[in-house]
Amino acid sequence: MTTADLAAAAPTDRAEHHYELLRQMLRIRRFEERCVQLYSATKIRGFLHLYIGEEAVAAGAMAALTPADAIVSTYREHGHALARGIAMHSVMAEMYGKATGCSRGRGGSMHLFDAATRFYGGNAIVGGGLPLAVGLALADQMADRPVVTACFFGDGAVAEGEFHECLNLAALWHLPVLFCCENNLYAMGTRIDRAHAVTNLAARAAAYGLSAVDVDGMDVLAVETQTRAAAEFVRAGHGPYFLEFRTYRYRAHSMYDPDRYREKAEIAQWQQHDPIDALVRRMRGDAELDDDALARLDAEIAAEIDAAVQAAEEAPLEPIEDLTRFVYAESRSHDG
Amino acid sequence: MAGVKTDSGTITYREAVAEGIAREMRRDPTVICLGEDIGPAGGVFKTTAGLFEEFGPQRIWDTPISEQAIVGAAMGAAMTGIRPVAEIMFSDFLACCWDYLANEIPKVRYMTGGQVTVPLVIRTANGGGLGFGAQHSQAVENWALAIPGLKIVAPSTPADVIGLMASAIRSDDPVVFFEHKGLFASKGPRPPEGHHVELGRAAVVREGTDVTLLALASTVHTALAAADRLAEDGISAEVVDLRCLIPMDLTTVLASVAKTSRLVTVEENPYQAGWGATVVSVVVDEGFHLLDAPVRRVASANVPLPFADALENEVMPTADKVVAAVRSVANF
Repeated sequence: MTTADLAAAAPTDRAEHHYELLRQMLRIRRFEERCVQLYSATKIRGFLHLYIGEEAVAAGAMAALTPADAIVSTYREHGHALARGIAMHSVMAEMYGKATGCSRGRGGSMHLFDAATRFYGGNAIVGGGLPLAVGLALADQMADRPVVTACFFGDGAVAEGEFHECLNLAALWHLPVLFCCENNLYAMGTRIDRAHAVTNLAARAAAYGLSAVDVDGMDVLAVETQTRAAAEFVRAGHGPYFLEFRTYRYRAHSMYDPDRYREKAEIAQWQQHDPIDALVRRMRGDAELDDDALARLDAEIAAEIDAAVQAAEEAPLEPIEDLTRFVYAESRSHDG
Repeated sequence: MAGVKTDSGTITYREAVAEGIAREMRRDPTVICLGEDIGPAGGVFKTTAGLFEEFGPQRIWDTPISEQAIVGAAMGAAMTGIRPVAEIMFSDFLACCWDYLANEIPKVRYMTGGQVTVPLVIRTANGGGLGFGAQHSQAVENWALAIPGLKIVAPSTPADVIGLMASAIRSDDPVVFFEHKGLFASKGPRPPEGHHVELGRAAVVREGTDVTLLALASTVHTALAAADRLAEDGISAEVVDLRCLIPMDLTTVLASVAKTSRLVTVEENPYQAGWGATVVSVVVDEGFHLLDAPVRRVASANVPLPFADALENEVMPTADKVVAAVRSVANF
């Protein structure tokens, strides 16, 4: 669906579309809320970086991309993975470290990966995915494929060297990369104005010759519209595009973070602009959603999560005998 | 036709790099090159001379001085089936993009349960002896040896450059390909078309019965020079060119030690954590009964490589040092 199609869509289609965006945001939030419980119950171990508050970015951006497009993500990627279409049971099994997980239990929360949906991974190195996106886009450009690589990263990554190397290279080579910066104002526990001399990140990108705009990352419709326009620009061969989504995470950086670097009032203030509440209000106002429909949606999502948890509980572990599998290629695809 | 020279007869190590890449690019359109100054400039060591003229800018990509972007982009393209050959000008600069060698490239296949492979080659000019100072002279092949998931190649002859380049590019695993700066001008026979050397096959380059000299890249020549000197003393040294650190051909090493009962490694990387330490640990573990004498390791001194000739020579392995090491164990 193009931007023009969306504007011209009949009211019923529009309502269905809004319902789908709401459904994706709610799936992400409820999934992660369950992950917190499972973490407390020690079913999920290691790191867990929650996306709660930022759901509009994943839901809106993924709605604007096609299955042929590639995604590169971060360690805060549960939302991206779910919205991209990786089955929830596969994501949940990976959180458990089970063999049925999308990375066979070798990845975990930060390394969700699914080649089938061109989801080229969570990445636990800040800024680590940007060069990969440049390479994916280079391969698409060489093959003349009308494909966009959407590369998600946070405001923290803007301080890394790769950011500057990659924006320059993508602009220099007119590569089809859609840089999606999720500016949630905090790089772990350091507020953006304590880490960056210039906090307008879109302006930083523009300095490299990229088209760049900032977007209200708490408004899923704005995210979708801007991403669609940017993706069309990139797909048409005009070179890379930079979107700065201004968003906010309600929860701590990770489950290890006591979150002592910001006021509770600041969190509460952002929650006034909650992307799910905002869309629900809008849909109710436009008579696109009623209590029954919302209750049905909640029940459907709860059932999906219950099923994912049950499947993860029952799934087998990767056998220890397979410990050394996949370090090196098992067969050569190329003739000698 | 402009392009990579294809004279018959002999070829230099430097020319062999471009020739090896060109042969693979001719047979496989998915092979591309990325790096600084590799295009019209022909490479800072002229190791890519002629490639841009033959294959053009869609396959030979000059990049800015952005090591992370070069190697990371190679990885991204490789995940789609492209076979990138990325150049990092000096091996010292691998440190500028080490995240990709340590955290991204060698792990993605494993962490994704085999969903993707990264069939890429990272070529780099390695080693000292040319007075380039501490940041342009190190032998750093041991850095890569610390990382499961990488393959490591370091050829000693022009024919091996071509043969191992073929195997490295065709490998579905990431390969770090160390070209030795001190060998670029050396000459050898030009191998025929189709020549390739399997990764992980060491070569016995001189047969002997009294001691095994285990060497890699530049030190193969050091070991051969030492073997000539030792022969004058009536000591028969076998010289084994390891060729690759991963896969490591320990079968050939153990077979040689079984014959000679003595082992001296000749390494250009620093003694501390040098590759010889890994080899020796295996030989001691699996072949202790084969040994008649302590093992000696001739490696670079544990200092940053100094500039002045006299100092640099003192740090690096030499034939004199190898001869002395062999004598110390010959009559044990």
